[in-house]
Amino acid sequence: MTAPKITPQTLPDKTTEKTPQGSHLDRILGEMSVPIFFALLCFIGIIAADLSPRFLVNEIITRLARNSFLVLSLIIPVIAGLGLNFGIVIGAMSGQAALIIITHLGIGGLPGFLLAALISVPFSVTLGWLTGQVLNRAKGREMVTGYILGFFANGLYQLVFLVLVGTLIPMNNPKLMLSSGIGLRNTIDLIAVNRALDNALFNSVKLGAFKVPWATFLVIGLLCLFTSYFTKTKLGQQMRAVGQDMHIAEVSGINVNRTRLIAIIISTVLGAWGQLIYLQNIGTFNTYNSHEQVGMFSIAALLIGGASISKATIWNALLGVLLFHTLFVVSPLAGQRILGIPQVGEYFRSFLAYGIIAVSLALHAWQSRKKVESKDKG
Amino acid sequence: MSSPVFPSLWRPLWRHNYLPRGVLQLPESTVLELKNITKSYFGVTVLKGINLSVKPGEIHAIVGENGAGKSTLMNLIFGMPVIHETGGFEGDILMDGQPVKISSPRQAMELGIGMVHQEFMLIPGFTITENIKLNREITKPNLASKVLGSGLETLDFPAMRKDSRQALEKLGLAIDESTFVSRLPVGYMQFVEIAREIDKKNARLIVFDEPTAVLAESEADQLIAAMKRLAEQGIAILFITHRLDEVMACSDTISILRDGELVKTLTRNETSVGEIAELMVGRKLERSPLPGRATEPSDEDLILELKDFRVEMPGERVRGLNLKVRRGEILGIGGLAGQGKVGIANGVMGLYPASGHVIKDGVELRLNDPKAALEAKMAFVSEDRRGVGLLLDESIAVNIVLTSIETQNKFLRWTILPGVRLLDQKAVHDYTLKIIKDLDIRCTGPNQPVRRLSGGNQQKVCLARAFSLHPEILWVSEPTRGIDIGAKQLVLDLLVQFNRKYGMTIIMTSSELNELRRICDRIALVYKGKVAGILKPDASDRDFGLMIAGKQLAKEVG
Repeated sequence: MTAPKITPQTLPDKTTEKTPQGSHLDRILGEMSVPIFFALLCFIGIIAADLSPRFLVNEIITRLARNSFLVLSLIIPVIAGLGLNFGIVIGAMSGQAALIIITHLGIGGLPGFLLAALISVPFSVTLGWLTGQVLNRAKGREMVTGYILGFFANGLYQLVFLVLVGTLIPMNNPKLMLSSGIGLRNTIDLIAVNRALDNALFNSVKLGAFKVPWATFLVIGLLCLFTSYFTKTKLGQQMRAVGQDMHIAEVSGINVNRTRLIAIIISTVLGAWGQLIYLQNIGTFNTYNSHEQVGMFSIAALLIGGASISKATIWNALLGVLLFHTLFVVSPLAGQRILGIPQVGEYFRSFLAYGIIAVSLALHAWQSRKKVESKDKG
Repeated sequence: MSSPVFPSLWRPLWRHNYLPRGVLQLPESTVLELKNITKSYFGVTVLKGINLSVKPGEIHAIVGENGAGKSTLMNLIFGMPVIHETGGFEGDILMDGQPVKISSPRQAMELGIGMVHQEFMLIPGFTITENIKLNREITKPNLASKVLGSGLETLDFPAMRKDSRQALEKLGLAIDESTFVSRLPVGYMQFVEIAREIDKKNARLIVFDEPTAVLAESEADQLIAAMKRLAEQGIAILFITHRLDEVMACSDTISILRDGELVKTLTRNETSVGEIAELMVGRKLERSPLPGRATEPSDEDLILELKDFRVEMPGERVRGLNLKVRRGEILGIGGLAGQGKVGIANGVMGLYPASGHVIKDGVELRLNDPKAALEAKMAFVSEDRRGVGLLLDESIAVNIVLTSIETQNKFLRWTILPGVRLLDQKAVHDYTLKIIKDLDIRCTGPNQPVRRLSGGNQQKVCLARAFSLHPEILWVSEPTRGIDIGAKQLVLDLLVQFNRKYGMTIIMTSSELNELRRICDRIALVYKGKVAGILKPDASDRDFGLMIAGKQLAKEVG
């Protein structure tokens, strides 16, 4: 016998069917409400701070170049369902370890920077692998686990560079080390690799009146291309599947743990390189503190760009860096202007950074609960 | 991916065996053979010495009540992790006469076993194509993949769409393959699952785990037609269901599972719905005579009436049910999982959103308000004993008196401060001691945390709490789930005692028909959220079997 043909007429008509979230515009407004809010805030801040546009644009170009790579390194774990990778702090530490090594060896310039990038790879791959192992055992609680792992890794980092250097690890470099001969100094000067990447290409080419770190933007562009290409590969598709539903992925024969592990390793390596780019731009680093805020600020920037725990795009990252750092630049001055106290602006900014993370986590919990409820009803 | 065991031999094999259906003599070779399969979970044997074989192009139905072991058997064939995490199984699985080891779903797939799951294994945020090709994507190599491995090959969407289109057409499904699964009606999701299975080029055996459970009737017909098409192409089908008409409509062979044993394997032409129903239920009924009553309950004196009652309980939806409960009776509510029997008590007690009318003693009950239900002198012992029923880390005493304190202000004493009442520890202690003795709760004393009690004793604590409210109606859901046989009898005896001694009307929901038949005066069988009919406990196995499968009977009891 032959089966009756199933025709599309029995399907709900696509053209008349309304999307569950309402009209298209509503949905965009809903998704973009956070960036819109912060854009307004930036706008008010810019007016209140009354900065010269030249200074402002220059600052924003610098900060976009400095931070974008770090924020972009967060995207792949989000796709794989691991949430926001607070563990990039660990990547940042690997990057710093590499910088300490090349500074000690006295290799500077672009070769020094590239060598640091190379040296940071084994560190960050190993640490990323370990992080992934832990996170695979803490499914559903990746973010808080990653956050605490960051603190734990900080302890190890201090142990190595404050206690082991000069004792177990033979090293003799009075410029880098404390006078006791054990442990590194608090600040390390990176003159040798200062702006090594920023100034690597078309150094003399200016965009109007502004100096642009062309090479850094080229690297960021390459990372954007890589990220978007990656989501269209077999591995990227696996990560999307794992991110959407681990159980179904498992039943489909995807090695869920391995896929998650790869996502974390990629993110950690990118985090290390991101920190290198960040520090070569600053030109100096606090041995024991520079990495601490990296996770928090990068995550805040990504969220401000409109990303959520389960969805993040390149545009979220870039827009987020733009808004978050505009606010960074203008808020102390705006505080000074409006209330006469620069600390108010500073307070307001960090209040927003932490607040936006909290709100975003709460919103996500609320939405996923609603999703479960509507799934039950459907 | 080509299978390591059957390298490309399968195609000529089944083509060779292909004959038009009806004239079809099933080939002698078997695709899958189970030999003496035994599986136990934590000491409880759920499958005992199962022998089963499936031939190419055969539709083999497996029927059985809930808990008969159907799902375990399927999980075992598909190599689901749950089997191996609980200690594996005994016996052999043979494919084409060769013993095989299936320790993961991936291996099962490589051997050509596909599965259409009861709950959809589809990713809603992916398109139909992406779901069909999940983890079997067609890829194109590129520069990066040549350096860094095949994981970085780009997906070839046009080729993937083409394959999906073909699979959907094989099923006779005219639907755009780039539609997101989240936008599909539920009935179509099932077809996407099937399309995924047949798109696997080495598909030889497809397991359908209760595929029609969520489908409307017309959709179920389409599904069965699709199954027949697949069988015509030489694919063997294992079809798990409890809908007996469907079994008769499409299967070649029928195996009946009961209590983990394969009772009988029949061919369709030699059997009838009645025989299958009887084999499915058929247990020796041990009904010891129950103590009599002064006046037997009757329709003259109703204590509760449900009219057009609806409950939105996920998976156990009640859809416009009517039921009359006689004062002083023990009414059983039976039926298969998912048909809505569990939803009734949960809805009446206000735990899930309900609508319709509940009339107790002529007074309409306010719905969706647990407190109103308790104040109407009804108590509920939940099927979710450890989740809803008990505060596991609190003492026996607290668990027993808590609801009484909350709703009836019992066990409280006034203090000199106006408006402040404190727990009367002594009254609680004395009362708990008494009830522990009355109900024979085996424990070290009233202060023992209930987590440490056995399942049977935990259930008694639940019953004690409900009893402490002195309800007129006691709702009990699955009172013997997860407790051992000896304790089961004690719990049932206790219910009879409540009923006879204190005149409580008891409405007991249970998946175990046998225990309902042991203590109930009448048994209402729920099918698709409505009462299919009410039977006396001594009605035949056949009647029970037919009615839980939704068949209307002529001779119902009133």
